[in-house]
Amino acid sequence: MPPPFSWIVAIARFLYDFIVGDDWTVAAAVGIGLILSAILNVNHIVAWWLIPVIVVLMLGVSLRRASRTSR
Amino acid sequence: MTGLVAVLITTFLASAVEAIEMVTIVVGVGATRGWRSTLIGAASGFGVLAVIVVVLGAALSQVPIGPLRLIVGALLLTFGLQWFRKGIMRVAARGLAGIGGQDPHEAAEWTGPGIDWTAWFLAFKGVVLEGLEVAFIVVTFGAGANQLGVAVIGGVGAVIVVGGVGLALHQSVRRIPRSLLQLIVGILLSTFGTFWALEGVGVDWPGGDAAIPGLLVLYVATAVTYITLERNRALGLRPAA
Repeated sequence: MPPPFSWIVAIARFLYDFIVGDDWTVAAAVGIGLILSAILNVNHIVAWWLIPVIVVLMLGVSLRRASRTSR
Repeated sequence: MTGLVAVLITTFLASAVEAIEMVTIVVGVGATRGWRSTLIGAASGFGVLAVIVVVLGAALSQVPIGPLRLIVGALLLTFGLQWFRKGIMRVAARGLAGIGGQDPHEAAEWTGPGIDWTAWFLAFKGVVLEGLEVAFIVVTFGAGANQLGVAVIGGVGAVIVVGGVGLALHQSVRRIPRSLLQLIVGILLSTFGTFWALEGVGVDWPGGDAAIPGLLVLYVATAVTYITLERNRALGLRPAA
């Protein structure tokens, strides 16, 4: 791959590892949770509870997956 | 408005987590290859970090507070959850142990004239790579709270404190419970990330800023529960039915 493209790929990879990390499902769940919270809020439905619930549940799922992988 | 003390504590602790690794590398390189080139390399690394903080801070200051809270909150929450998860796994596995082990860079002492470029590069790389996460946290957290100056003071303060301890008591830095610090910072970043991201999409929190301690209690309880479950799992125990 020529230099400008290889640099772009390298930077994109770095940013992905930096922000998303080794479990993309947690980041995806947060993103989906924020979209759902916005939709609930626009429809005047209480939405503040959704992200904390997603955080607690996804942490458990991610930890479970990590401990299975390490076995 | 997020309190000045909360910004100071969070950025100080976040910076301390990475500063432990950073100081361990710099002190290790300095002790083995000599201090002059090592300190010049470390100073060059801090120069690069300062430029990143200024450029990123100036860019974020142009964004209106609503979208800024959403962007910063989502980034801090995603990033904070990584530390939250790693902190739980490491505290469950190692408790309050420090990073331990030998110096990461065992190299022959440099006795030649001029700059020892190996020492310079090792120190530069250690500061930039370990400091990048700190720069990111300091800028985003400071921008989200509209207190970038306080966030920078917290970040720089931690590097000075940990650096001072590292220079005075070389091996003591390795005994600081880094995993626990990482867990605490992960919880704090996740708490403020949750609060700001939802404010950014227009959600009203019950009690306004008073919801922050509530979130903190929930996430601390979550951490304690998962650490207990992880330890039981490692010991082959099953939770009571």
